[in-house]
Amino acid sequence: MDKFRMIFQFFQSNQESFMNGICGIMALASTQLYSAFDFNCPCLPHYNLAYGLGILLVPPFILFLLGFVLNNNISMLAEEWRRPQGQRGKDPAVLRYMFCSMAQRAMIAPAVWLSVTLLDGKCITCAFCTWVPVGTLGNASHPHLSQGEIQRLLARIPCKEIYDGQELIANEVAVRYLRCISQALGWCFVLLMTTLAFLVRSLRPCFSQAAFLKSRYWSHYIDIERKLFDETCAEHARSFAKVCIQQFFEGMSTDLVAARCHLPRKAPADAGEAAEKLLGITDQGTMNMALKSWHRCKPPLHLHPPALPTGNGWAGEGQPPTHPSAPRKETAAYYSWV
Amino acid sequence: MDRFRMIFQYFQSNSESVMNGICGLLALASVKMYTSFEFSCPCLPHYNMAYGLGIMFIPPIILFLCGLILNRQSLVMLEEWRRPPGRRKKDLAVIRYMCSSIMQRAMVAPVVWIIVTLLDGKCLICAFSGSMDPKKFVGFANVSTVQVQQLLAKVPCKDEELLRNNTSHKAVSRYLRCWSQALGWSILLILIIAAFLARWLRPCFNQTTLLQARHWSNYIDIEQKIFEETCCEHSRLFAHKCILHFFESMQQEIKLHSFSLHGEGEGAEGGEDLLQGITDQEQVNKLLKTWYYEKPPLDVSQAHQR
Repeated sequence: MDKFRMIFQFFQSNQESFMNGICGIMALASTQLYSAFDFNCPCLPHYNLAYGLGILLVPPFILFLLGFVLNNNISMLAEEWRRPQGQRGKDPAVLRYMFCSMAQRAMIAPAVWLSVTLLDGKCITCAFCTWVPVGTLGNASHPHLSQGEIQRLLARIPCKEIYDGQELIANEVAVRYLRCISQALGWCFVLLMTTLAFLVRSLRPCFSQAAFLKSRYWSHYIDIERKLFDETCAEHARSFAKVCIQQFFEGMSTDLVAARCHLPRKAPADAGEAAEKLLGITDQGTMNMALKSWHRCKPPLHLHPPALPTGNGWAGEGQPPTHPSAPRKETAAYYSWV
Repeated sequence: MDRFRMIFQYFQSNSESVMNGICGLLALASVKMYTSFEFSCPCLPHYNMAYGLGIMFIPPIILFLCGLILNRQSLVMLEEWRRPPGRRKKDLAVIRYMCSSIMQRAMVAPVVWIIVTLLDGKCLICAFSGSMDPKKFVGFANVSTVQVQQLLAKVPCKDEELLRNNTSHKAVSRYLRCWSQALGWSILLILIIAAFLARWLRPCFNQTTLLQARHWSNYIDIEQKIFEETCCEHSRLFAHKCILHFFESMQQEIKLHSFSLHGEGEGAEGGEDLLQGITDQEQVNKLLKTWYYEKPPLDVSQAHQR
């Protein structure tokens, strides 16, 4: 567990490393998904192509979209793209940089799926088994077979148990041929992708290094600024909630005193903090009323200015709040339950 | 766990060690890729050679390019090579040193693939079974030319019916595998001797230049890393100041528009700092709306002077 925690911490400490981590996990997930998937060629003339190409192309599309969904920065990019200009100009280079870096990472898992599928060979064998050149590989002069019959026989190549065209073309020969083509395509695809990645990575310092440094700095800045703003808002919300709840209890306690019409029992001097924290609510009935009031009539989202500094409980000092109607509303609601 | 952490920290602390680590991982990945790859020779006259040689040479190119891409120092070297001189001269010896060290590390995984392929033998058997001289093998000597090509092409596929009655295919296989393994071991021996000589004889030539080049290449790498870290730290501080400035300006706007008797003097205790004078649902909503519609300018000079 410690090992995982260390790896986790390493990835989290650096935002780009974190994204690379997600990217790597998705690539591994993609290979795992392929090996866990039970490929089942239908072995019927028109269904083979649809099934084979579907398995080849639909999961990469899903993985590509998933790569965008799992990337936290997508919402950041959308926000930066759609926000009104305000006092801060928008830099299209930064937006392009963010989009490119997200797209590059999202393309890795689909590329892995395509490579693994092509190198394995089952999809291409299933999809193109009816296109095997019977003339060169098999016995084309086999008589008495219409085109439809030949298609039907060839479609069963991937399913060895039901294959009955051994005189037309040997099953192993056809499978080897198709798999060879599939693997050649797979390796060419991997070579192409790697060459593209190499070119993109190595041509950048030669042409636009300064612009790149600028875009990278400002895209990191936008990310950090958003996170810090969220943290600041969360802290503010915490303080707001604390003061709001404190004022609610103080309000309760004031109303209780007013309702009972007797002198408030001053807590003895040495009861100290515990008495303060009780906020004047010292019996079951009162506590139940406070809880009911909290549920049925939550206080407004408005903090009374004088009570803000410390929490010593008595809101009795002279203070005209800016919205005097609010506490009265609260009191009225409370009285209705007395 | 402790051991793992120590190893991890050791690799991280030194960028050369990180590169050696990546190089080793790629070599292992290369072996794993070969063992998990299902080699399937087409056993057809012209396809065999293309397939066999393709499997032997295309993955090494891919691994070489991967080795270059994954190596951070290749970017550093390219930047150093293409940067304008400015106030710092460029030292070609440093760039050459970096280039050669990158190339050496990138060549390890392809060489591992080629050697593993040769020692295994399947690729060479597939590629060259059709080029064998049929007269050397008893079973193929009396067969017609056209058919012998077909038969020889089918040698790598042991389950062929045509070969069941003909045991010479095993002889062809053994012959080709023997050549393949001999070639594999020879290449390995030559490379190891070359590496050994290069490492032993290097101190005899230009040791000073080498030390200087290594020092400055390390320096450039470290300088790049520290610059990136400093930029990150700077953008964090910039964002912090910018947001504080924004909250303060919101607070001022609220004070201007509200008629609260609550004076500025009492505003500095306890939780008030955190609340920044924003104590109302509408005020919070206004703040959030302003953040979206009018992000503050990227200029914290006023906040700094305060």
